Amino acid sequence: MSDTTSAAPAEKLTKKQLKADHPTWCPACGDFAVLASFFNVVQKLGIPHEKIVCVAGIGCSSRFPYFVNTHGIHFIHGRALPLATGISLSRPDLHVFVFGGDGDGFSIGGNHLNHAARKNVNLSYVVMDNFVYGLTKNQTSPTTPIGQRSKTDPRGAIDRPINPMAQLVSSGATFIARTHAAQVKHMNEMFERAILHPGFAVVETLSECTMFNPGSFDDSIPRKGGVFDLVNEEEQDLESIAAAMELSQDLSPGKFGVYYETKRPTKNELEREWLADARSKVGDLSERDLLRQRFASMR
Amino acid sequence: MPQTANPPAASSDLRNAVIRLAGNSQDGIQSVGAFLGQLAGTTAQEVMTYMTIPSTISGGPSIFQVHLGSGEVLHPGDRADTLVAFYQHSYDGHLNTLKDGGICFYDSDNVEELKEERGIIHIGVPFTSATIEAIGGSAKSRGKNIFVLGLLCAVYQLDREKMTEIITKKFGKKSEDILRNAMLAFDAGYAWPVHDIEHMPMAPGENDAPNRVSTDGNTMLALGLIAGGCRFGAGYPITPWTTIMEFLRSELPKYNGMFIQCEDELAAVSLALGASYSGHLAITGSSGPGLALKAEALGYASMAELPLIVVNIQRGGPSTGLPTSVEQSDLMQAIYGSHGDAPRIVLAPRNVEDCFYTALEACRLAKEYSTPVFILSDQAIATRLEAFEEPDLETHWQDPELDLSERGADFKPYPLDLLTRHSPPGARSSEGKYPVVTGLEHDEWGHPSGNPTNHEKMTAKRRDKLVKLAKSLPLPNVHGEKEGSLLLVGWGSTYGPIKEATDRLNATGHKVGSINIRHVHPLPDGLGELFDRYDHVLVPEMNDSGMYGYGQLATLLRAKTCNPKIESVNKVQGISFRVQEITDAAETLIEC
Repeated sequence: MSDTTSAAPAEKLTKKQLKADHPTWCPACGDFAVLASFFNVVQKLGIPHEKIVCVAGIGCSSRFPYFVNTHGIHFIHGRALPLATGISLSRPDLHVFVFGGDGDGFSIGGNHLNHAARKNVNLSYVVMDNFVYGLTKNQTSPTTPIGQRSKTDPRGAIDRPINPMAQLVSSGATFIARTHAAQVKHMNEMFERAILHPGFAVVETLSECTMFNPGSFDDSIPRKGGVFDLVNEEEQDLESIAAAMELSQDLSPGKFGVYYETKRPTKNELEREWLADARSKVGDLSERDLLRQRFASMR
Repeated sequence: MPQTANPPAASSDLRNAVIRLAGNSQDGIQSVGAFLGQLAGTTAQEVMTYMTIPSTISGGPSIFQVHLGSGEVLHPGDRADTLVAFYQHSYDGHLNTLKDGGICFYDSDNVEELKEERGIIHIGVPFTSATIEAIGGSAKSRGKNIFVLGLLCAVYQLDREKMTEIITKKFGKKSEDILRNAMLAFDAGYAWPVHDIEHMPMAPGENDAPNRVSTDGNTMLALGLIAGGCRFGAGYPITPWTTIMEFLRSELPKYNGMFIQCEDELAAVSLALGASYSGHLAITGSSGPGLALKAEALGYASMAELPLIVVNIQRGGPSTGLPTSVEQSDLMQAIYGSHGDAPRIVLAPRNVEDCFYTALEACRLAKEYSTPVFILSDQAIATRLEAFEEPDLETHWQDPELDLSERGADFKPYPLDLLTRHSPPGARSSEGKYPVVTGLEHDEWGHPSGNPTNHEKMTAKRRDKLVKLAKSLPLPNVHGEKEGSLLLVGWGSTYGPIKEATDRLNATGHKVGSINIRHVHPLPDGLGELFDRYDHVLVPEMNDSGMYGYGQLATLLRAKTCNPKIESVNKVQGISFRVQEITDAAETLIEC
């Protein structure tokens, strides 16, 4: 796997260049704002167009790659993270973005989230959490609050929802933030910091499902009478797991901002170090001669 | 009479020897087998081994059988000529595998009760105490395997000098003490006076191919993947696949590659597809149950037309089944084990050497047809040792490629009239339009499409490329009679026993041919015409005869050729066919 870093100058992309098919989301879906925010941040950062990869699994929000004019791959339900891991590890020259919802990330793909995070794979992951299964039309999701009705819980959800922030904090992710699709400026800032973070960066983004869960996040929208309460980074120890756990305890509506941020060698770096070490021991031998040598040792 | 300088081997010299070592898995009987296998490789002899390993964590009864031959060796041996029993339970459990009049060496320190039967010659040797005596006080029972190796070398008059070299190469790396102890044990075994029998010298080997190597199937498969240009892989441990991932994890970095251990099978296939999407040739693999877990992503690979190597080292199933035993019951899973109409290529290696060439072909086909290619090996091939000529890497080498060239305005990821060639991320698009690779049904540009005729056309595109492949595939070579009363048809590791059965049947006056099918899906064209040249067609398979009386390949062959002559003989005991089981079934069919 040769290194493919290109020296091509990064042109600043325009929104026009980045737009693809018109999104198939319902009118006023929170995901429109996430898409707009992604365009903003990518334009600002000046990543070469062909080096951007958008990866998604299955769900409303996982349709994301079709709406962005970059290399993209729309994979199967719950496996976007391992697929993206394969891209990131085998092609360190690329910028890998993963998009998905709460069902994809916290339910069917829940195990992969823990492992991609603990391995600190270099990629950025945006979870558009709407507390409901939207694409399949209103079933209970892993973040649906107790008591909320759905087609699979007609009397109201009875299972305790997972706490996404607490789970992310314990997963080993090295950048964890929480934002809100109705707070564009904040969302831009969180996405930008996630992209610039070396390692596994995840942004939990509350994104309202206007069809099946309208008004679900009003309690953190000031113009609708809610409070958008920010993490105070002056006082918060961003490298403390305990402090991040403390922040994660109350998410109704809880705080927004960076919960946790630290530096740890990425899986990409650790694997490349081993590769470089193995190659240095091989010396000038071609790959074919190396295999010849291997056969000779088996005679 | 004129004197010849080099008299031919005495007619009494053995041409074949089947030695079964029975003990516990921690006794190192596998390494005795490995030493004998390696020796065969360097002395122009042929060898094939067979082993059982308990699926317990440590210890438990275990056997290793070695079939040495001066000429071609096609199977690990029906019945043993020599049994080496380390314990009473080994003796009791394996005496029946010894042929009439065979020789049983037993550890007289451990085996007390002997059965006098079938003219078997018993030779008691105190493996344990003689080894302790040779090495010195604290040795306990370690080293008795090497003592036995010495004993066998003496009895069969194997090349002592070369064996000493092999032992030195193996233990010399560890420490001088270990090597010294091994040589003491070996020499003591070699010098042990065996009074009751004559030495039985093996005739010299006849395979004078240069540069012969001896190894197992999983190693050859992994080496074939490297030679085929595969540089990224991902997997999850499961027996008997695991040794491939262990090997690639250590070896691939030397070749600028990477193998990642994943949290589960679903992640493993997904990582591999991520690397494949990125433009590399990637491999994932597992054994039966793991393949079941990967099935959804494999359907995706067919739909999205991504190249991928998928290895399945079959074991006894279903479910956890017989994790350390051989079976061929995943053929249908390999061909059809997904959802929707998801065509893919399935290849099956026939022996250890063939693992290399099958892997090479799999790499080539995956790239050419941009689709998943299965390599369907099995536990027997995976773990046994064979000796053969090393591959010529001048001919058999494919450099890894990563095509990041700019794609023009006419680029379509899914053209209806051409094979798919993806534009991996990093490749620029001259028009500034970038493709989405997708599992949704799509049009030629990759846009999701629910159009009814489009779905039909795209389904045909994915199918027809393999129909085209089938037309280009060679018919398998016929061994034995080119027409006659019976054609034996096999796939995978039944190759050896079927070939030998063919020879035995023809030696007794029958007219029998046999083929081994590497391309099990799609099947090559022309099989129907080949079958027509015989009165009967019999398909030996290590899977069940199912609801309708036919094994998995036999079912497919009947469906493909509509030939009612096709019959099955099946075995699901977790062990390979004995040659005689095939000849018996063949004779029954011919005579009926």
